[in-house]
Amino acid sequence: MKQDKIELHIKIPNQTKYLSLIGKISEELAVQLQNYSGDRESLANHVNVVLTEALVNAIRHANADNPEEVVEVRIIVTEDELVMQVFDHGKGFDMNGVSQSLPNNREQLEDHGRGLFIMRSLMDSVDYYPVEGGNVLEMRKSFN
Amino acid sequence: MNLKIEESNQAVIVVVKEERLDAHNSETLKQELSRLFAEGKTKVVVDLKDVRFIDSSGLGALVSGFKNASARQSSLKISSLQSQVKSMFELTRLHRVFDIYTTIDEALETF
Repeated sequence: MKQDKIELHIKIPNQTKYLSLIGKISEELAVQLQNYSGDRESLANHVNVVLTEALVNAIRHANADNPEEVVEVRIIVTEDELVMQVFDHGKGFDMNGVSQSLPNNREQLEDHGRGLFIMRSLMDSVDYYPVEGGNVLEMRKSFN
Repeated sequence: MNLKIEESNQAVIVVVKEERLDAHNSETLKQELSRLFAEGKTKVVVDLKDVRFIDSSGLGALVSGFKNASARQSSLKISSLQSQVKSMFELTRLHRVFDIYTTIDEALETF
């Protein structure tokens, strides 16, 4: 492994009670990213938020709330970027088919539909693609 | 989820005694708000002083309460946002939807 490169591989049961644990680990990692040029405290909160959103997508939707399933998280820190991957074992969904706008219309204010907007707003890129045995939601944030 | 429910004159104050308001616990808040409005309460303040982290599910529970209040000619106000929580309201533009106050007392004065 290249010097200074960090890779965390975490597997958790498909249950929302583990959101807090992954959130704490990712925040702790983010505040130590010396190469990040912006506010690391804000980055830590953003990383916590986007990983929570990605995990909930995997737990609730892709893995259909099945507590026997497993969700895998990979957090990779390189010299110039942070990459976070959340793997699920579901059928997947067409991310491009999800609305890019906020469901805030006064006439049709919705409880749901802000997760992907939050991820796209706080990260440089958000992709979702099939891999062997499931799919991966991948988020990238450059340090510059 | 740990919620503290207080009554002050005609208003109900719901204090969320959690550091995180997320997909794991927000359904409880959603149901509690639904119960209060179904019982006929017309003035509700949700205080988020202890909440350091909120996700889209937590925001969704509050939106659900807001819609419930609006449908019954009642009112839901929010107080005491920490900076990271406030930034999530701003990111999702929900600060334009909710009436947000610095303290519980400030929110109560506006009823």
